[in-house]
Amino acid sequence: MKKRVITLLSLFMIASLLAAACGGGGSAGPSVIKIATQSPLSGGQSAIGVDIKNGAELALEQLKKPLEDMGFKVELAPYDDQANPDTGVANAKNIVADPAVLCVVGHYNSGVQIPSSEVYHASNLANVSPANTNPKVTDRGYLEVSRIVGRDDVQGVVAAQFAISKGMKSAYVIHDKTAYGQGIAEFFKREAEKGGMQVLGFEGTEEKANFDAILAPMLSANPDVVFFGGIYDQASVLFKQAREKGYMGMLLSDDGYDSPEAINIGGPSLLEGGGLYYTTVAGPAKLYPGTAKFQQDFKAKYGADPKPFAAQGYDAMALCLKGIENAAKEAGNKLPTREAVAKAIRALKDFPGITGTINFNAKGDLVTAKYFVIQVVSADPAMWNDNKIDQTLDIAPPE
Amino acid sequence: MRRLLNATVLIEILRPLGQIAVFVAGAGLILSALMLGMAVLLRGSTVDATTMKNYGVDLFTYTLVNLPQVLIDGVTIGFVYAAIALGYTMVYGVLEFINFAHSEIFAIGAFVGVEVLIALDNSGRLDGIPYTMAYFWLFLAVLAAMVAAGATAVAMERIAYRPLRGAPRLVPLISAIGVSFFLQDAIRLIESLTTGQFHRIIPTFGNFDQQISLASLYIVGTKIDLVMQVKSVIVIVSAIVMVVGLNYLVNATKLGKAIRSVAQDRVTANLMGINVNRIIAMTFLIGGTLGGAAGVLFALKFTRIDPFVGFFPGLKAFTAAVLGGIGNITGALLGGLVLGMLETFSGSYLSVFTMGAFGAEYKDILAFAILILVLIFRPSGLLGEQVGQKA
Amino acid sequence: MNKGLLNQFSQQAHTLLAELKKSKNATIFILAYLAIGTIWVYLSPRSLLAFLLFISSAILIYYLPLTTRFKIGLSAVMLLVLVPILGVRNIFYLEVIFQISVFAALALGLNIVVGFAGLLDLGYVAFYAVGAYLWAFFGSQQPYLLYEIPGTAPPGTPFLLPADMFYLFMFLGIILAAFTGILLGLPVLRLRGDYLAIVTLGFGEVIRVLANNLDKPLNITNGPQGITPIQRPSLPEPLLNALRAVLNPIVGHNVTEGEFYNLFFYLLALLVILVVIVVVRRLDDSKIGRAWIAIREDETAAIAMGIPLVRLKLAAFAAGASFAGVMGVLFAASRTFVSPESFSFMQSIGVLSMVILGGLGSIPGVIVGAAVVIILNLQVLQGLSLYLSQLRQSDAVIPIINFAWKNLSTQLDPAKYQRMLFGIILIVMMIYRPAGLIPAERRKRELTREEILENEELHPDGGDAPNPTGQSTSGEAKHGAA
Repeated sequence: MKKRVITLLSLFMIASLLAAACGGGGSAGPSVIKIATQSPLSGGQSAIGVDIKNGAELALEQLKKPLEDMGFKVELAPYDDQANPDTGVANAKNIVADPAVLCVVGHYNSGVQIPSSEVYHASNLANVSPANTNPKVTDRGYLEVSRIVGRDDVQGVVAAQFAISKGMKSAYVIHDKTAYGQGIAEFFKREAEKGGMQVLGFEGTEEKANFDAILAPMLSANPDVVFFGGIYDQASVLFKQAREKGYMGMLLSDDGYDSPEAINIGGPSLLEGGGLYYTTVAGPAKLYPGTAKFQQDFKAKYGADPKPFAAQGYDAMALCLKGIENAAKEAGNKLPTREAVAKAIRALKDFPGITGTINFNAKGDLVTAKYFVIQVVSADPAMWNDNKIDQTLDIAPPE
Repeated sequence: MRRLLNATVLIEILRPLGQIAVFVAGAGLILSALMLGMAVLLRGSTVDATTMKNYGVDLFTYTLVNLPQVLIDGVTIGFVYAAIALGYTMVYGVLEFINFAHSEIFAIGAFVGVEVLIALDNSGRLDGIPYTMAYFWLFLAVLAAMVAAGATAVAMERIAYRPLRGAPRLVPLISAIGVSFFLQDAIRLIESLTTGQFHRIIPTFGNFDQQISLASLYIVGTKIDLVMQVKSVIVIVSAIVMVVGLNYLVNATKLGKAIRSVAQDRVTANLMGINVNRIIAMTFLIGGTLGGAAGVLFALKFTRIDPFVGFFPGLKAFTAAVLGGIGNITGALLGGLVLGMLETFSGSYLSVFTMGAFGAEYKDILAFAILILVLIFRPSGLLGEQVGQKA
Repeated sequence: MNKGLLNQFSQQAHTLLAELKKSKNATIFILAYLAIGTIWVYLSPRSLLAFLLFISSAILIYYLPLTTRFKIGLSAVMLLVLVPILGVRNIFYLEVIFQISVFAALALGLNIVVGFAGLLDLGYVAFYAVGAYLWAFFGSQQPYLLYEIPGTAPPGTPFLLPADMFYLFMFLGIILAAFTGILLGLPVLRLRGDYLAIVTLGFGEVIRVLANNLDKPLNITNGPQGITPIQRPSLPEPLLNALRAVLNPIVGHNVTEGEFYNLFFYLLALLVILVVIVVVRRLDDSKIGRAWIAIREDETAAIAMGIPLVRLKLAAFAAGASFAGVMGVLFAASRTFVSPESFSFMQSIGVLSMVILGGLGSIPGVIVGAAVVIILNLQVLQGLSLYLSQLRQSDAVIPIINFAWKNLSTQLDPAKYQRMLFGIILIVMMIYRPAGLIPAERRKRELTREEILENEELHPDGGDAPNPTGQSTSGEAKHGAA
């Protein structure tokens, strides 16, 4: 044993030195710019995490031309944060240690984004968040951290205002026990109560399949609207089971619901009774040519419809590229510093993204987010793009 | 020691049926009485007033009105847990080894079954077919799932467990965890190759979603329809068939005798001319097929599956097996039922009884608290035999 | 031809080895090895090979025939001088080594429970969570936010305690976690092995569910949003400036406060490990340690020998838990953020696999196990998938079959299948080295003796049902004694 280890290690040293000698030359090509993504690529949350990466990858391919024309080589460096803060922070440190990385698109879980962005902040590395809705993400006031999704205290409010405007008197709030779902649900509840609605119940569940237990009190309460804070794959199963058990009121969810797969899971019964609605910042493809093109390209490349936050992943990457481009121009077509990139991203004005026109405030939130409340009109997943805009709300984040 | 020999076929079939009836009735009655009792105790309290405000009825009426549905839901999920727990208990009984990868065997069953149904659906064979045909196709899907899951279980035993037989107990456990990781990602890889999606939805066909009205009750002036979905009935019936069948197999056939002897003393069984390796492989095969069938039933009942679908039901089922007394078939059944009902009861009532302070999520805590309580007073589980350590 | 080259290599290595038998040559060899590793990492701070070379010199120090004093001195130089310098040059390495030390401390704690006393604990991170949430609650603004909506804090909320109370809470973390361990242990420790496993597993889930749900009725844990910011103990500015004066020219940039905190927590974790090692080594040779092993091997016989079973099991449980508790406090402060995601069942399994991969009951083994799992997870597998992703973005083709990397389906992205690789590694390890990378000395002795005994007996299929953890049979003995 002992001998074997020592022999192995000696061999290892020789081999690695040889490898270094052979491969260590390092050709002097064009200067490389890397943009990292961090999202869960393995494990149960990878369905969304992979699509965030794919959205970013698509944007990189389509929009890297200007930077390549300036003589840079642009690369994607996809990291897997495993939805785990430890891995996320370690990756973040790996990312900041690579001088070629100038921007990070990242994180699906706020619980991973918050500690990881401390690392980006310490190295002035820009981080555009495609999916973190927790107020704390931007409330720390870091120049480096911007986000292109609505905060919890904006999204939840939008949904509640919509429900009130529809004359709903009572609501039952269910969430998925993640920072995202619960955050939105909490603010929905607060706004709904402020607006005079009665909130009959507030429940969280990590359950993915069996909602029998939490549906029993919901059915007894028979609320006008059921709000679900979370992602479509859970929401649709819950909605379906609620309809099966005879609930006929309105079903309402958040931008985690925006996927054709949602109606595929739920089936036609969801559209009955009070109907099925969700709030989102990404406009329906029919009205927004950018969205339609994104969906086509995405499907062509990855063989499936984009899931929620894929479009945000695309926009986050687009912002990174544009920011780097502007900073590079400012530096006289040279490789810009990280700080310059972070400043350039924050300074972008009226950036035409596929999820809307993007302007940041001092904290890094969207100045005013345009929210659509969308009614699902067809049980055919292929008709998802024909969904009807029921309301459009402009809402500014709290300062 | 139980008497093993000369058990007649009929007794081996009737006994578990009787046990099921007793368990369901017993667990249901105890929990219902507990809930109603608490509702009576809390009469006139703020809890009562809040219930009145939110639901328009007082706490006792609320409890009573919801009771039948909660019972039905609890029994259904209880049988699902029991069906999965059988796989754990079989393997544990023979090898004294926690087969961590059983939850992935369950997931493989679910995926194969659902993929068969999706293929049938895509070829149009499920459109507007008569109910008998719907049941036939479902049966076919379950059968396919059983074959696939059983084969995977046997392969897993051959590759990852057999070389480790006789090693310290923790070694195969870690290997099982490795198998579990491997299978999760293997399913994900295969499923996402075609469309990039790795979850699947079971197609809607037949009359499985229909509600059957069992009875209408009038409780304190409120009419309650006792309804049950056809698929819940299918789940319960299939689980009963599995339990009875397995019980028969283990207690009344020659193979069962061989399995029991291997479980009792591997060396002696070997000396008696029993092919120990073959019997252990058979055990995995049986556990795997049962897990596979349970997977399809789970998909049927709850619609959506993904490669990680097995984890929580697996955990619960394993808890159920321990609760009932691991290594014991009827124990797995009792454990599953108790756990399922307990969960549904706490999930449905906890929030109301605590005015929303403690939500449905606390059901898991309650389940484990009960487990610890039971193990304190009966260290080998509810039906476990009081035996010392195996030498 | 390749084979010939390899033979030549191994022959040379063997002559080298024969030379190394002499202590003087060994000294030169390890110094050279360490120096090459250090210089290489220093010169190309992003090379994975260099880092592995550097890290592996720790194993060499352990194995080479050197005097104990020299070994300790060299390890101290490596851990206290070289690691900080290289770590500040590339903070990723510092993070990796920090995580290795955190998880090594956790694994050493778990090793007391599983390796020595033979109690299978599948919910070990629960105690880690207890420690983490203890400081997260008292070291943040949370005590003033009990009635706020989770995730919101009115501006200007003060902190309850001064940051330097952290040190006190490290001790409180030990006490609270040990207390929790006893509380859990009292009812369940008379259960047999597997029942204990499921109860601890359940307990782990209970703690996580509590952390996730105790935002109602009083907002204690802030639910899934997690608690942040959590205070870190203050570092005296004059000391930092003094250190900067030394470090800045060596590492080539101004060392920031954040990097000093990284260093500080790394050193603190080292200190905990040192304490754990001393305690464990003392225990191992003490009456308690021998009693634990007696319990592990045969409970009935242990009782017959007059060993107070429950009290000793509780002691093992509490000792293991207390180390997790103190690491939890440290973790909360180093991250300044705590959320339930850090305490999942997967983490418990992760720590357990470190213990078993490294070698149950073996201190160096467990540390190596932690290092292997962390490096594999954070560096090797991530590095591999990044490399492949790079290939896919280039014009490279696979030689011979002439397949362009570009056309590789994105579904086959290795980044997505890290868990699968990890699973395969676990299985292969268990089949070929079940006693772990560095088997425990005591077990090795037992195994060699057993092998002799077994040759006299007839075992039809590799032995009968084993004891909860202890007895091993032919299969393992073969590997263990190698």
